[in-house]
Parts: sequence; C-alpha cells; structure tokens
Amino acid sequence: MPEAAIEIENLTKEYPFGFLNLKKKTSLDGLNMQVETGEVFGFIGPNGAGKSTTIKLLMRLIFPTAGGARILGKPIRDVSMHRDIGYLPEQPYFYDYLTAAELLGYFARFHRLTAADRKERVQRMLKKVGLETAGKIQLRKYSKGMLQRVGLAQAVLHDPRVVILDEPMSGLDPLGRREVRDIILDLKRDGRTIMFSTHILSDAEMLCDRVGVIVGGKLRGVGAPGQIVDMKTQGMEILFELSGAGNAPFLSQATRTGERYRLHVAEEELYAAIDQLRAAGARILSVSQVKATLEEFFMHLVAADRAQATSVEVSGK
Amino acid sequence: MTCLGIVALNTFREAVRDRVLYNLLFFALLMIAAAILVGQISIGIEHIVIVSLGLTSISIIGILISIFIGVSLVYKEMEKRTLYALLAKPVRRWEFLLGKFGGLVLTVVVNTAAMALGLFLALLYVKHSLDRGDLAVLVAVYFILLKLALLVALALLFSCYTTPILATLFTSGIYVVGLFVQQMKNMPEDLMGPAMAAFTRRLAYLLPNFDNYDVMGPAAHGQAIPGILILENTLYTVVYCAIVLSAAAVVFSRRDLK
Repeated sequence: MPEAAIEIENLTKEYPFGFLNLKKKTSLDGLNMQVETGEVFGFIGPNGAGKSTTIKLLMRLIFPTAGGARILGKPIRDVSMHRDIGYLPEQPYFYDYLTAAELLGYFARFHRLTAADRKERVQRMLKKVGLETAGKIQLRKYSKGMLQRVGLAQAVLHDPRVVILDEPMSGLDPLGRREVRDIILDLKRDGRTIMFSTHILSDAEMLCDRVGVIVGGKLRGVGAPGQIVDMKTQGMEILFELSGAGNAPFLSQATRTGERYRLHVAEEELYAAIDQLRAAGARILSVSQVKATLEEFFMHLVAADRAQATSVEVSGK
Repeated sequence: MTCLGIVALNTFREAVRDRVLYNLLFFALLMIAAAILVGQISIGIEHIVIVSLGLTSISIIGILISIFIGVSLVYKEMEKRTLYALLAKPVRRWEFLLGKFGGLVLTVVVNTAAMALGLFLALLYVKHSLDRGDLAVLVAVYFILLKLALLVALALLFSCYTTPILATLFTSGIYVVGLFVQQMKNMPEDLMGPAMAAFTRRLAYLLPNFDNYDVMGPAAHGQAIPGILILENTLYTVVYCAIVLSAAAVVFSRRDLK
C-alpha cells in the first residue's frame, strides 16, 4: 500500500460568533482522511461545505480547534515542509504592482533557487500556463482567468511533491479548464500528489483517482468516483419496444422515445417487470445497471444535509 | 538571501512603485525650497531657519509615511489575500512580519536620506560651505530615523490585529502622548492625587519617549550632540522595537487569516 502523502486526523475548526464570541459555528467537524502518494484526490462539496477550510488548515493560514495533519510525514506546523508543497489559493490575488515574471521570480527566491535556475523556471512556467507573452504586464491588468494561471504557475514553480489546489478551475473558460486539467495530469505523470477542491463534478470524475465528498463540515464518503457512487443508488434500466397502444404494467412509469420505452426499476423488481412486459407483448432490447453519477450522489448528500439542518432548526424552535 | 530580506526588498519595491510616496517626497522637497526662501529673508539667522524648517519637514513626511504605510502593511496583505500564496512558501510568519518592518524602514531611510541631502544642499547654497557644526544636523536626521523606526514598529503591531483607521488612531495617539512622557513623569501629586500621579509615572515608563529624539534646537544652533545621547537613543530604539515587534509576532503568529 502506498504511503500517505497527506494524513488528516480529527481535524476540527470552530469559529466563534455572536455577542462576546460565546457561540461557536463548526466549519469542519472531526475530519479524518488520507491522500495517498502519487494520486489525484478530488475534494468535492457545495459552497461552505468545509473544503477551503480544510485546505487553509493544511496550509496553516488558519489554526485548528482540534486535531491535526501531516504532509509527507511532517506535522503541518513544520514550515520546512512547504519546500515540497505547492498551493493555489481560491480566487488568487497577487501583488498587482508586479509583473507575472517578477511575481514568480519573487516566490522562487524563497525556494533558494539560483538566479539562472529562477529565470529558466519562470520562463518555463509562464509558457506552461500560456502567459509567455503577458509575463511583462503588471498583474493589475490581468483578468481573473489570467490570475488563476499565474496562481497555478507559482504553485508548481519549485517542482513540489504535493500540490494542493483550491478550486483550480474557477474563473477559467473551457480552454483554460482543459489546460489546467492537462497540467494536473502532467503532474500526476511526474509522480506528484495532487489534492484539489472543486464543485465541478465532471472535472473530479475525469481527473481523480479518488474523491472525498464533504457536506456540512463532515466527510460523507471517500473512494474512487465509480466506487463512491456505487455505495448509494442502484437500479436497473430496461429498454423495450412496444408496438400499438399497449397496456403493459409499468408503462405509466416508463419514458417513451418513439416506439421505445425506458423503464427504471429496483434490482429486486427486475425479473417480475421483464415477465410482465413480455406477457404484454413488449420486445426487450436491453437491460443495464443504472449507476448514479457523482453529481447525483453529491446532490443526494446535499439534500439530506439540508433536510437534517431544517429538522434540527424546527426541533430547536 | 534570507526570507526576511526577500520580503523586505519586495516591500521596498512596493513603496517605490507607490505614487503616494513620490508625492510625499515632492512635498518635502518643496518645503526645503521654502526653507531656502525663508532663510534668505531672515537676515543673520538663515542657518537656524533652514535647519529648523528642513528637519521639521523631514520629520513630518517621515511620520506620515511611517504611519500611513505602516498601518496597512499587514492588513492590506490579509485583506487582499496576497499573503495566502506567500505563507505557503517556506516562510515563517515572524519572518514575513520582520521583512515588512525592514522594507518600510528601508523606504523611510532612503526617503529621509534624499530629503537630508536636499537639506544639506540648501545649507551649502546659503552658507557656501559646510562645517563641523553641521554634523549635529546629521545626528538630528539620525534621531528622526530612530523615531520613525519605532513608529513603524508600533504601526505594524496595530496593523496585525485591527483596521488601518484604528491602527492610525492608536499609532498617532501613542506618538502624541509619547511627546509628553517627561511631563507625565513629573505630574504634581497635589494636583493629581498620589495614586493617579503614581499611575501616570508608571505609564510614562511604558510609553515610548519620543521627546528623546528631539535635538532640533542644538542642531539648528550648531551645538554638538553628546555621544552618550546617541548611544542611549540607539539602544532605547533597538530594545523598544524588539519588544513591540515581538508582541506583533506573537499576535500575528496566532491569527487566523480570513
């Protein structure tokens, strides 16, 4: 089993609020999670779920109320491990009086690279994120998407072993998103570990070896995108043809497209449904397992969380 | 170069690219030009008028730069979230903080040096030569720098946990009170009551004594500044800045960013 690149244990973050800060809002509730070395891990959840809080805790931008984490075997309070970490903040903003090349040069200095190495890497990174011609323009003139690219460049500038990206696709057009996806896949090919948060589920399904779903500050599931959705919704789809005005059972539940019908049934009802359809003269074309998409699983969790929150609120009243 | 030095140089670069800084510098040079003009119509006391006006303008501009840039040094980085990417690098928070301090002090030094050069050029223009007595002006400029370093440290401390407006009020307030520390130490007991007088005396020892740095009178009259005062003021500034910056580091190291 590969060694964990990121180990999170019981990580909890509460924010005080209200009069004299006496009340507490739990933003992250006892998170336990591991990201294995060399994998692409997607951290998905709706806005306010706790994704950015987790990442900020890992980067020590905020401090945990309880619990802790280790990255590459070192506790997160150890600043030296930042030599091996690249981080892209959510909606990044940089010193707008600097050009992209100056900013990257500035950040490169913290990694003790030689002047020649710095120069070469800055040029290479600007090229990689498609900003080689805009490298000498001050960042105040950059669009949101361009800033996102600069953010990505500074995150991977020093060849980190672990790359943590907070909403890397945010603010990018389809071309930009594709370029970011390519960069993530390049990093994976180079053996880097990548953890990124997103609410764009198609990106997570496309890129991730595993995903963690977080809703309401709690981790609701971790696994391969295929595996994680299998944990939930299961069902069967029967595709059949029925000529003429049929009176077959289940017909009212089926979706009609021309002469063809699609019928979703529970797994245990499959054989009974087939028998009844055949008895009514239907021609069965195919039977397939219905797998929920990550999006459906995600929406199911969000709906459950909201329902629970509402019931707590009602009972609280 | 250390992380501290890298942050300091970038802070200096930011200040240099900030147009407000040039405006302040222009204003200072204008004041020095005014000093020459006033000096020319002050028959016999040109030297005193030029030195007094020159040192005052250097001090005022320095105070404005130190307070107004100092109070937003850390706050702006937190508010705009430029700090996020930086703290993800192998940089400790105290290194960032001291780097910001160093960068602004460097800015103040460069500005003060430019203004001091203007002052000496003005003196040279009026007197046609410089003598040993003018060394006191150099010491006065050095004392202004020490004062500004202490102000930057205070502004930085407040910048770590409050808004620029409040930090400006706190820093300015401490500066004004710090000009009257000697009077606070000598508050008459019969007027204040023994308990209040004792409290004021103790408070006076805690507050920075900005009056220590004022040697404008002797400098304007070409009197030598005692070496022991230079040493005392230097040590006082170093120790006081160390205490204030340590407090700032403690506050900032525990602070959650937004």
